[in-house]
Amino acid sequence: MSLVNFTSREITCKIVYYGPGRSGKTTNLHYIYGRVPETRRGRMVSLATQTDRTLFFDFLPIDLGQISGFSTRFQLYTVPGQVYYNATRRLVLQGADGVVFVGDSQARQLDENIESLQNLQSNLLEHGVDVRTMPLIMQYNKQDLPPELILTHAELDDALNFRSVPSFPADALHGKGVFETLKAVSELVLKKLATGSPAA
Amino acid sequence: MTSALNPRFSFETFVVGSANRLAVTAGRTVAENPGSAYNPLFIYSGSGLGKTHVMMAIGHAAKTIASQLNIEYLTLDEYVEAFHAAIAAGQGDAFRRRFQNVDVLLVDDVQFLTNRKEMQAELLRLTEALQQSGHQIVLASDRPPAEIADLDERLISRFSGGLVVDIGIPDYETRVAILRRKAEERGSKFQPGVLETVAKVEYPNVRELMGALNRLVAFQAVNDTPMNAEAASKVLGIPTGASPTAASSAAASSAAASSAAASPDEFSQFLTDVTVTVGKAVEAWRARVTEAVMRWEGEGYRTGRLEKLLEQETPSAVDEAIAAYVQDVERLKALESEVAVLDPQAAGGKVFRDPDHMDEAEAAAEKVRDGAAPPPAPSAAFPFESYVAGPSNDVALKAVRDVIAKPGKKYNPLVIVGKSGLGKTHLLNAVGLELAKKKKNVVVACLSTQAFVDELIAAIDGNRVDWWRARYRRATALLLDDIHLLAGKERTQEELFNLFNQFLDGDRQLVFTAPAHPNTLDGLEERIVSRLEGGLVAEIAEPDKELRRSVLERLLTQQHVSLEPALVDYLADRPIDSVRSLTGVVQRVVEAAAAQDGPVTAGLAREVLEGAPPPRRTTGLRTSGIVVSSAGGVRSREKMVWDWPSAGDRVIEDLR
Repeated sequence: MSLVNFTSREITCKIVYYGPGRSGKTTNLHYIYGRVPETRRGRMVSLATQTDRTLFFDFLPIDLGQISGFSTRFQLYTVPGQVYYNATRRLVLQGADGVVFVGDSQARQLDENIESLQNLQSNLLEHGVDVRTMPLIMQYNKQDLPPELILTHAELDDALNFRSVPSFPADALHGKGVFETLKAVSELVLKKLATGSPAA
Repeated sequence: MTSALNPRFSFETFVVGSANRLAVTAGRTVAENPGSAYNPLFIYSGSGLGKTHVMMAIGHAAKTIASQLNIEYLTLDEYVEAFHAAIAAGQGDAFRRRFQNVDVLLVDDVQFLTNRKEMQAELLRLTEALQQSGHQIVLASDRPPAEIADLDERLISRFSGGLVVDIGIPDYETRVAILRRKAEERGSKFQPGVLETVAKVEYPNVRELMGALNRLVAFQAVNDTPMNAEAASKVLGIPTGASPTAASSAAASSAAASSAAASPDEFSQFLTDVTVTVGKAVEAWRARVTEAVMRWEGEGYRTGRLEKLLEQETPSAVDEAIAAYVQDVERLKALESEVAVLDPQAAGGKVFRDPDHMDEAEAAAEKVRDGAAPPPAPSAAFPFESYVAGPSNDVALKAVRDVIAKPGKKYNPLVIVGKSGLGKTHLLNAVGLELAKKKKNVVVACLSTQAFVDELIAAIDGNRVDWWRARYRRATALLLDDIHLLAGKERTQEELFNLFNQFLDGDRQLVFTAPAHPNTLDGLEERIVSRLEGGLVAEIAEPDKELRRSVLERLLTQQHVSLEPALVDYLADRPIDSVRSLTGVVQRVVEAAAAQDGPVTAGLAREVLEGAPPPRRTTGLRTSGIVVSSAGGVRSREKMVWDWPSAGDRVIEDLR
């Protein structure tokens, strides 16, 4: 799915925001959507229920313009977090070049985080992708909540980030950490593309 | 005791806006009609808004209109101090008289009258006295009279009785005008929008506004690049789209404001990062080619060859192609700089910017090379071998040999000093010839100083000074004969000075000749003299008998005359003080022999040189006894001492 097309001189990166339900994946995309100049972004497609839960997926195409002679586009997707939408998640995950795992910093959501992480691993495996080869970034969202409710960056790293991938504390609602995350995953993806072994 | 009026504070330098117009108008009126218009004039404003400026401007303006006016500016503290000093010295009355005679009294900072009862009384007295005698008083304070704590009612009414004006905070337009005026005064230029950005901040006073401007001026000076409005905001810590005073109101809606302000930045920052990443990783070869294109295009070189690479899918040997291109560019640069030396006008041509047509560039350079005149070379008529060595010139000769062995390293410059006709020119040219022989690419410039000067004049005349300079700059050795002829030639001395430094820096040899030690030569600039003295000054003395003999033998051999010992002895014994004279003598004798169609003998020489002795002064004159033919070897009679001073005169001379 990801493309470095030398003939048409295009780079297309598909980045999937993964994570448990209500962890803030769509919020990430919304924040990015709000910051990208209109000329650079496509229509954000969001299929949501009436209570703003992502039903199918969110899709935000961003056109970065010409970079090194390549017309560069990012496609940002979110998956529906709820457990029972696994088929959709697997579908969305297909052809991803990079994954942002948006974890919920709340202490009581730790199990959901772990479950979602395992789900990510198994879904990638379904596509024949080893999670260790997939550019992955951890984002611990909702760090703006009262400290007594959340785990710290270090604690979350201990609990979730056993591969020691780059991780960022975030407050997606107000934008903290959103672009840092996007930047980090872009870097990983682009570097991987450069090595000539694009993800499946 | 009183402060002098600062000449910078005049009405001309005061930027008038709506906030201060009244004060300025009142000030001008007072200056034009001191004592009659508004008396007293009371100006108040917050700190740093221009009270003092207006006060001093009044003083200047009044003085300009009527120069005989006695104008005094002082702060209240100074007034108090003067008063106390006068009281302590028992000069209270004199103090009062002094101030009552002031035509325009300007008192600053009168708010400090608070709790100074006796000063208030004194000032009240003074104000009354000045008003009665029609003298002007102008007061300034940071608050209106009524608000000065503990101020005598009578003073309040007196102060308020004239005109009380305030100076407000300048509005935006005035702030822009002030910034522009001050930036101009400081000789600083800012990009459009910068000063406006600063002016948007509602600084509480002009002084802080000046502080902000100063920071910009300093920042711009340090960075040496014009700053834009954004950079100015950064330097001054102005949040984009918000002013310090507006900050509090903005704080309420900070989330909204900051996110709105930050939005484009976050994305563009991201874009930049991605661009860097892509540039670094995804398309490493393309980035390298693009970088090369941008670099060389920026330097004005055609990059068609590289651009063709970019059009390919996966070009092979990209780095080699870039390297080859760079090599060609370097060659072009070398050619161009070579051409620039030979002919500055020919350099900078398009032909030296197109690496795809190297042949054309080479051809163009070749053409210039052919047409370029090298600097004058040493004359082949003075070979080193024919220079005759002797005790009188052995120091110079030794130095010359060292110079030839290690040009530029041992003695630089070498100055050969000696009287006329001793062979300096010969030696100079000989050095040049030897240096030129040493290596292939050596360019030895060897010429007389007069020719050097003439060339420069011609170059100035023909507007080709650059070309002239370039000719000498590419020389690897510069040899100038008769350096004393530079006397009074200021421009040539300057050019030589520059060449001098370049030669010394590049370890290129300099050799000069002069009739005397450089520091005894008139008309040479100190910097030239000191440089000449900085090398080695080697002297050639008058030829001794041995040297004369050697020279004679060589000269006679050259003329195919058999070396008859009697002839050589006779000629060598002649009192001849230079090699040049010796040459003349030999020439004369040889010519005489040729005329007689006979051999050159000692007898003939004697006949030729002594046959017709000069008419000798006979009566009462002491003579040297030296007998010289009237048309003899010594051409210059001035060089001979015919009349010796008496022994007595000589003793006196010696004693002196």
